[in-house]
Amino acid sequence: MTAAGAPTRDQDRHTVSARGVTKAFPGVVANDGVDFDADRGEVHALLGENGSGKTTLCKILTGLYRPDAGQVLVGGDPVAFRSPADAYEAGIFMVHQHFSLVSSMTVAENVVLGWHRDKGRVFNRRQVEEEVARAAERFDMHVDPRAIISRLSVGERQRVEILKAFYRGARTLILDEPTSVLTPQESEQLFVSLRRMASEGEAVVFISHKLDEVSALCDRVTVLRQGQVSGSADLRTTSVDARGLARMMVGRDIAFSRRSRSQPVGEGEPALELRNVSAVDDDGTTALEDVTLSVRPGEILGVAGVAGNGQVALGEVIAGLRRSTSGDVRLRGEPLPPGNPRAASDRGLAYVPEDRIGTGLAPGLTVADNCVLKSYRQRQLGRGPFLVKPRILARTQRLLEAFNVKGTADSLVRQLSGGNAQKVLLAREISSEPQVLVVATPTRGLDVSAMESIRKLLLEAAARGAAILLISEDLAEILDLADRIAVISRGRIQGVLEADGTDPEQVGVLMMGGSLEDAGAVAP
Amino acid sequence: MQWRPEIHFERRLKPPRWLGVATPPIAVIVALAIGALVLWASGRDPVDIYQRMVRSAFTNPGAFSNTLIAATPLLLTGLAAAITFRMKVWNIGADGQLMIGAVLAAAAGTYFGGQGLAGVMTLMILAGIVGGCVWAAIAALLRVYMNTNEVLTTLMLNYIAPLILFYLIFDSTSYWRDLSSQSARVFPQAKTLATEAFWPEYGTTVVVPFGFILGAALAVALFFVVRSTRFGFQMRVSADSPAAGRYAGIRTGRLLILVMLLSGALAGIAGASQIGDVSHRLEPKNLQLAVFGYTGIAVAALVRYHPLSIIVSAILVGALNNAGFNLQGPDLPLGLIGVNQGIILLLVAASEVTARYRLVIGRRSRRCDRGPPDGEAAEASATDGAAAEQSDGGATS
Repeated sequence: MTAAGAPTRDQDRHTVSARGVTKAFPGVVANDGVDFDADRGEVHALLGENGSGKTTLCKILTGLYRPDAGQVLVGGDPVAFRSPADAYEAGIFMVHQHFSLVSSMTVAENVVLGWHRDKGRVFNRRQVEEEVARAAERFDMHVDPRAIISRLSVGERQRVEILKAFYRGARTLILDEPTSVLTPQESEQLFVSLRRMASEGEAVVFISHKLDEVSALCDRVTVLRQGQVSGSADLRTTSVDARGLARMMVGRDIAFSRRSRSQPVGEGEPALELRNVSAVDDDGTTALEDVTLSVRPGEILGVAGVAGNGQVALGEVIAGLRRSTSGDVRLRGEPLPPGNPRAASDRGLAYVPEDRIGTGLAPGLTVADNCVLKSYRQRQLGRGPFLVKPRILARTQRLLEAFNVKGTADSLVRQLSGGNAQKVLLAREISSEPQVLVVATPTRGLDVSAMESIRKLLLEAAARGAAILLISEDLAEILDLADRIAVISRGRIQGVLEADGTDPEQVGVLMMGGSLEDAGAVAP
Repeated sequence: MQWRPEIHFERRLKPPRWLGVATPPIAVIVALAIGALVLWASGRDPVDIYQRMVRSAFTNPGAFSNTLIAATPLLLTGLAAAITFRMKVWNIGADGQLMIGAVLAAAAGTYFGGQGLAGVMTLMILAGIVGGCVWAAIAALLRVYMNTNEVLTTLMLNYIAPLILFYLIFDSTSYWRDLSSQSARVFPQAKTLATEAFWPEYGTTVVVPFGFILGAALAVALFFVVRSTRFGFQMRVSADSPAAGRYAGIRTGRLLILVMLLSGALAGIAGASQIGDVSHRLEPKNLQLAVFGYTGIAVAALVRYHPLSIIVSAILVGALNNAGFNLQGPDLPLGLIGVNQGIILLLVAASEVTARYRLVIGRRSRRCDRGPPDGEAAEASATDGAAAEQSDGGATS
């Protein structure tokens, strides 16, 4: 069967539909009889927890996968995409979380790269630039067509991806969690553009698991749970609040734990202190610049920022995995020897890295091995040079029960769900009763229920007196959990705010490199 | 939708354990069948040749003893390769490490020849360990402190080691060279060990060289070290994920050096065993032609670097070598035997794929059971990338 013929544009209500789409991978049915319609002129949210089948569905719609059963229809006609190129022909484009742009080329060059409307003809730079500028104008997405990609911010690069799709004739645009890399302001701007596209008659599919965004932006929502459509709603006619959407996603009510800020945070000496810490990345570029922070026992300090602004290096320097170029890290007033993760951990520092599986956990080893990843040197776990397995198993069992992890001691970490793996990691780190707990993006990619149990664990650890540094790209999470918020941008701390009563907009200004004065905030 | 037959590989979520055990023997049988075709096509009688191979490797008087002698260095170099390859450190320098180990062991053997067997053997083994370690340490230190690729350095060192051997025996009047007689001065050769320093052999119908027993004991020891000691735990963590190892406070550079030294020591013992068990003097040409170090890599890879199984694979490869050595003659060129060996090694190595993937012919992946429980849903998303690759492969095939 050939690919979609010429899409019958403008005659049918639906641009793209899925009918009874089923797709199985070994061991799991990712999509099970899914029906989905992306209508002209609407922003349609595809909502679901991780592993609920959102991405699989979109990969079927864009020709990356072929369904085991069911059909994809374009303009009402069944099509069988054999490759993404077929989907392009039909006007369906997807903007992935990872952009495919050549950073040394200009915007216009990237737009025509690999695809030129007039195949074989010479690249007419000026004409392309004009067209890109026109499209940018049309959707209110300002990008200079002559700019080099590497000079652009993440938000601008995303716009280039979107313009690229429209230049190539997109009628249906699928965006995979587009806001995960954006500041609140950039997200707002993106929403304006997406609304504009819908009002011009295009279809926008918006994949997300952020409930508030969905209710703010979208016309319709389809919720997936375990590969099936668990609910849908027309937000133009019915009012469904975030709580209702969450119920559809997880099948029950969810109320996120928040930090109660009624009890005062312990006074006294900071448990963790960074003094003028600078560090460089592996490629020698500046990762941290003159960072000064302190966290008191029982306090949660949130570090907010757009991904890639030095957060990874911050965690690594504190944990001793990266050497600082200047400044020092102090635990209870004592400077830590730089570049020595063992010393940091022996002195009471626990660290949940952003890269959980691969750094925080060894995926090919058992849960039991991972539970003693740091404590295998303890005398009570072994005899002489030997490790005593029953003792390791007993400790593992205790941890699994205490932290409510589903999984057995001898299963491989690789086989755990993301949420359970993260619980194993947190269980190990928290059970060492650390003075200081550094956690990086602790709930990213987790489903709502796992997210909630991780939040609870963090709050409990703080209640027991641990000083917690919460590095997260999820501003909502920081606002819910942290006592104070330090905003990081390009490796610098732009300012520290009291979390109580902080306006996300203020934080956003700092995230983009603004100062406290710009944000109109009063420094604590 | 039009039905199109498709053939593609699908990853098994959990390779069944029995399959991992069963595939190597099956692969050997299939390889023998293909080898039979090759022999038949070249106008020979495969049944006859296989019978002769079995006889000369196992059943003839003394044949199995010779197989064990051939297996001994492979067992030790196999362990040497396994311990580093598991850590994703590619020490392909067992060849050179073996030679330097043999040089020092030969010196120890000739110098302390009359001091009582136990003492000489201990000293020879220690000398072999030192030699192997020194040669491995060069690559290890360069890797850790200069970030030099160990594949290149160990490979280069493999070229240097035989040159040292040749220099000691052929181009100098070194301590190793036999200068006691006129003929030895004209036709250079190394000093021979005193007979009191020959390593013992055990058994009557089947003679087991001491080196083989030592190698088997080391295989068992290594197995327990990796499985049950703190050092082994560090190895397993770093092997699985170096980043996790660093995170856990393991001094990864130090660990890498230790593992390289251990590997060099095992190769060095293989060198000592060649002197003590087999040749009783340095034989540069034989050592160079034997390529024990490289064959050891194949021996280890055959059983996926599992220390205990290396005993079996070393005997298998040793048997093939032994049979090949005995069978070669005007009616059976060595190359044809090499072809057969190659087919076996290739198929066993490739059989790993069938243990991890399943071949699917026809429609897409099987409809799986409904309702993935909590854990599996996320697992699927974790393996999604792999699944995607394969379904893409299927789509384009």
